[in-house]
Amino acid sequence: MTRNKSTAPDIGLIGLMRWAWRQLTSMRTALILLMLLGVGAIPGSLFPQRNQNPQKVDSYFRSDPTLAKWMDRLHLFNVYASPWFSAIYLLLFISLIGCVLPRAFHHMKEIGKKPPLTPRNLDRMEGYRVVATDSEIALSIAIKWLKSHHFRIRVEEGGVSAEKGYSRETGNLMFHLSLILILVGVALGSLFGMKGEAIINVGDRFINTPTSYDIITFGKFQEQGSLIPFSLTATNFVATYDPETSQPSNYVLSTSIARPIGSEPQRVIIKVNKPWTSGSTKVYLQATGYSPVVTVRDKAGAITFQGPVIFLPQDANLSSLGAIKIPDMRPQIGFIASFIPTAGSSAARGIFSTYPEVLDPRLVLSAWQGNLGLDSGNPQSVYSLDTSKMSKIGLKALTLGGTYDFGSGSITFDGWKSWVNLQIVDDPGKMYALFGAIFAILGLLISLFTRQRRIWVKVGGSVEIAGLAKNGIPGLEEELTALELALNESSGIKGESK
Amino acid sequence: MTSTNLAFFSNDAIYACLAIFTIAFFAHTFEVSWSVKNVGNTDKTEFDFSKTRRSGRVGTAMMILGFLLLLIAVVTRGLSAHRVPWGNMYEFSITGALMLTAAYLFAFAKYKVRWLGLPVSISVLLTLGTAITVLYRPSAPLVPALKSPWLAIHVLAAIISGGVFLVANLVAATFLIMERYELNGGRPVWAQRIPSLDNLDQLSYRLIAFVFPLWTFAVIAGAIWAESAWGKYWGWDPKETWAFITWVAYAAYLHARVTVGWRGRRAAWLCIFAGSTFLFNYIYVNIWGTGLHTYSGL
Repeated sequence: MTRNKSTAPDIGLIGLMRWAWRQLTSMRTALILLMLLGVGAIPGSLFPQRNQNPQKVDSYFRSDPTLAKWMDRLHLFNVYASPWFSAIYLLLFISLIGCVLPRAFHHMKEIGKKPPLTPRNLDRMEGYRVVATDSEIALSIAIKWLKSHHFRIRVEEGGVSAEKGYSRETGNLMFHLSLILILVGVALGSLFGMKGEAIINVGDRFINTPTSYDIITFGKFQEQGSLIPFSLTATNFVATYDPETSQPSNYVLSTSIARPIGSEPQRVIIKVNKPWTSGSTKVYLQATGYSPVVTVRDKAGAITFQGPVIFLPQDANLSSLGAIKIPDMRPQIGFIASFIPTAGSSAARGIFSTYPEVLDPRLVLSAWQGNLGLDSGNPQSVYSLDTSKMSKIGLKALTLGGTYDFGSGSITFDGWKSWVNLQIVDDPGKMYALFGAIFAILGLLISLFTRQRRIWVKVGGSVEIAGLAKNGIPGLEEELTALELALNESSGIKGESK
Repeated sequence: MTSTNLAFFSNDAIYACLAIFTIAFFAHTFEVSWSVKNVGNTDKTEFDFSKTRRSGRVGTAMMILGFLLLLIAVVTRGLSAHRVPWGNMYEFSITGALMLTAAYLFAFAKYKVRWLGLPVSISVLLTLGTAITVLYRPSAPLVPALKSPWLAIHVLAAIISGGVFLVANLVAATFLIMERYELNGGRPVWAQRIPSLDNLDQLSYRLIAFVFPLWTFAVIAGAIWAESAWGKYWGWDPKETWAFITWVAYAAYLHARVTVGWRGRRAAWLCIFAGSTFLFNYIYVNIWGTGLHTYSGL
């Protein structure tokens, strides 16, 4: 025969679930989860995140692949979208709901009730004092005083119990419910939103379809075809810089936007703090750089490539790096190039940029010949050249209009264009988060600055008063003194009138 | 005055502030150290402030003078660049020092906390000294992302919160030192005028309860601004992340006090921890961190 040795009561599955729910929704758990969320956020600020700085993540993989692989398994390069971070976030969400909703119902019931009964021994409470006054009229005067000071009162035999400051709990609940609203807004945004970036040269037209983007991510429940239809032409772009520090001081992008595509276009100015808005979609101006315009000819003089090539800025003076690839020449030709908007030079650094505006441009080219590797099937960056199957054939710095003859052809530096990086975002949860934030602050102010306190007056042989400050804000002592004064005064008036 | 003249004037005012706060610092030290005297011919010492009252007053006068001059320095710095004076870390620091002095003078007017003058004057000296030597950058216009009315609102709220967090930390640290003294046989004479442990405990709590909504507002104002400048109200940028961590730490502090009933030593340590997350954010993220909040100009 077997005997069940377990001493724990068999609470069954439902009992177990009830127990787990009670644990999860306890205040202590909510607090621990809140702190865990804070601690969990730390690694994301110490390690590069893939969506913020993919180049730096790659450099981790290059310098120590094994370590980087393990870090990646722990989602350390994508902390805020990782399963473990989401788990903390979701548990906190559930815990908050389970903690706050019952309290809200309880508070709603409580609000209609009278204050609790007067404790037996008033002398143990705060600010206890015996008032030397006529005990017959004291009670009615105390009630009058408490009522005129908006206390909620319960009249008892030989005493009165009063309470004020219920809005402290109202504010407290409002704050926590608003936090839930913020979380709902965040969730809606990430499930039904979209975010993308596109670099376009000034003069070009951007059509809002997924293929026009350099990077685009959709929320889990957002459909690909849900982009609002519009086209945007960047008609002009002006960047101004501070001559002393080279810092940009203003970016102004003039556009003409047709919504829907093909309709009469509108002129719209977009600035860094002034996005264009249509519904819940916004178009932001994020960054700028230069695209040198070149013409490449083969030996016979036929044009094999002509146009602007987007280069990426490398420093505050907008020295820009890029790659020009000519797959149509035999053998294939590629250039690793840097565009210098305003050239300066020194023995130590060679040619470098001294100012971000284009005043005296140079195009410094290193020419390569061989196989560009475009057919290998591996995706390649348009900003860099894979030189593993190529050999270097020359180096040249061109001034505007200059031509470099590299043997099998020539390249001419015709000019430049500015490019702008547009960020296009659709976030339908934003307003919920905003309202949540506003109500959270209001609730917080109410709950932190409302004094909740009780005052008791007991009339027997003598008149006793005392109180209880339910949160630590001072002021009860003064209030009791005022009540004492009111009781004394009235007895004084009565004494005089006698 | 031209912009350049104004900027130079502002720099001179900062150097003058360094001198004034140094005098304030020495006046406060003098006040404390010279008021200890022997009782009769015994080895016992007691604390007599009547002799050094004048020195204490000089200290307070210098704090007020320093505050006014620092205010002028901050205002002229702003005028020289035609904008609010918080565009880079140098400017955040001098405005932060101004707020710290203001918080002290406010507390002094209300609670007569002259004993705080010593730690506050040394903190202001350190902040201004680092600012003018390490963090200094010439006055310049703002980068486009900072051109927004939210700059004044968000950054001012953050700087004021920071100033009050620092004062709360000084108070909490004082609490811990005084408690250590009391556990080991009583406070030394010079420390006897510092308020009781209970008062210190209450003071740091009140400072935090007062400033927590403002910090919440600073974070939210930042989110609203980020939405219009970067297209995302919350992007887990390192500065945002640490602002959130600071918020969580202070929220935990308030809950620990109000709900769980933490007092005294544990609360003081939690307060200091929360304050250090703010300092870490200010120093580490501004100087070594990456992300979008890199306006230190370093």
